[in-house]
Amino acid sequence: MGVHDPLPAPLGLLAELTHRCPLGCPYCSNPLALDKRDDELDTATWARVFREAASLGVLQVHLSGGEPAARRDLPELVKAAREAGLYSNLITSAVGLTSQTLAVLADAGLDHVQVSIQDSDEVSADYIAGYEGASARKRAIAGEAVKLGLPLTINMVVHRANIGRIEAMVELALSLGASRVEIAHVQYYGWALKNRATLMPTREQVDNAVRQVEMLRAKHHGRIVIDAVVPDYYARYPKPCVGGWGRRSLNVTPAGRVLPCHAAEVIPGLEFWNVREHSLVDIWRASPAFAAFRGTDWMQEPCKSCARREQDFGGCRCQAFILTGDARAADPVCHLSPHHALVAQLAAEREGTAYNYRNS
Amino acid sequence: MDRPAIQSSSVCPRLPRGVRLSHNEAQGGWVLLAPERVFKADAIAVEILKRCTGESTLDAIVDDLAKTFAAPRERIHIDVVNLLSSLADKKLLEL
Repeated sequence: MGVHDPLPAPLGLLAELTHRCPLGCPYCSNPLALDKRDDELDTATWARVFREAASLGVLQVHLSGGEPAARRDLPELVKAAREAGLYSNLITSAVGLTSQTLAVLADAGLDHVQVSIQDSDEVSADYIAGYEGASARKRAIAGEAVKLGLPLTINMVVHRANIGRIEAMVELALSLGASRVEIAHVQYYGWALKNRATLMPTREQVDNAVRQVEMLRAKHHGRIVIDAVVPDYYARYPKPCVGGWGRRSLNVTPAGRVLPCHAAEVIPGLEFWNVREHSLVDIWRASPAFAAFRGTDWMQEPCKSCARREQDFGGCRCQAFILTGDARAADPVCHLSPHHALVAQLAAEREGTAYNYRNS
Repeated sequence: MDRPAIQSSSVCPRLPRGVRLSHNEAQGGWVLLAPERVFKADAIAVEILKRCTGESTLDAIVDDLAKTFAAPRERIHIDVVNLLSSLADKKLLEL
């Protein structure tokens, strides 16, 4: 970004209220080193962060985790988001969330609920979550949300164990009364990276899945919105990660560190500021981590002269670092990257079905 | 295709729970907020959406807009139906 360009206004805030979670999903995008309960921000600090976010231009706050329902002050946090003028989206496993709490959240002004479902097959779903009875619990709470009049999204993370059941999963979302479903192929960061060889589907499975999503979109047009997060190890071009570094969104960890994306702490040498010491406005404007890869000045070839440089922003900085050791390199899922062959090699590594479940 | 077409002028369109029209200075004006999505709303869309309260019929909304902006009713009817149909398709409006 040139010095004369105005600073962009962010649209979304991912508020990781806690890293605590009853489930052990092996594709969890939380970092391997989880923030501890004692280090979590208190209610008043979150409320201030929400107000500061709104003043920056943030329109939507995603209350996430871990499992956000592990926070006893969740209703107060929803209320605070509403008072700040933010649209609130609860991203929950539904385990640990009761119908009573859900009713309180609805009254507090919650705008939208997103419930994760691990599989349409309940035995498989509970195995993936590492929690017996999770699937039944999720279906019940999803039903309660719809009964309360809350719009419901069902989020399904897709990987080798469930990729053949996308149609059944969309049917399940419809039967639960969801107005939207997210078919999210695993992105390989955090715990998911640790489990890559166990989760990675084959190219043939991915191609089938993409075709199936197209077919289901046409079939259910006007009944349910189907959004898909594409599996980028098999892509030709990288994803415009978080819509461009420091451009559209920010992420606050349970302990208050502000990151341009949830995986950013894997990149060594970045200096993250904390909301305990700085306002969110200062952090967005001046923190070194946000400035590091904002715009296009940091780029090297092949990104620097690429016609798509302001379309995908060189892809994901974290993935570039994880796979090439250089956070300024092109995301190697791009076919123009000199490291592109490595991605196919990694995608071909496959192991059985024994997951490294995330810690709670 | 089972597009939820607007069947009659007596429907009372409304924004469902989870879809809100909001004004934000830093974003430069009006936006329609929906699950995981944000749409910029232009001046015409804002005038139409402000009237989608679930209490006015499509006919009444068109009449009101035609009167307020002294514009031809047929033209406004087309604009309103187009906007509302496309929003209903995306589950952003209830008819």
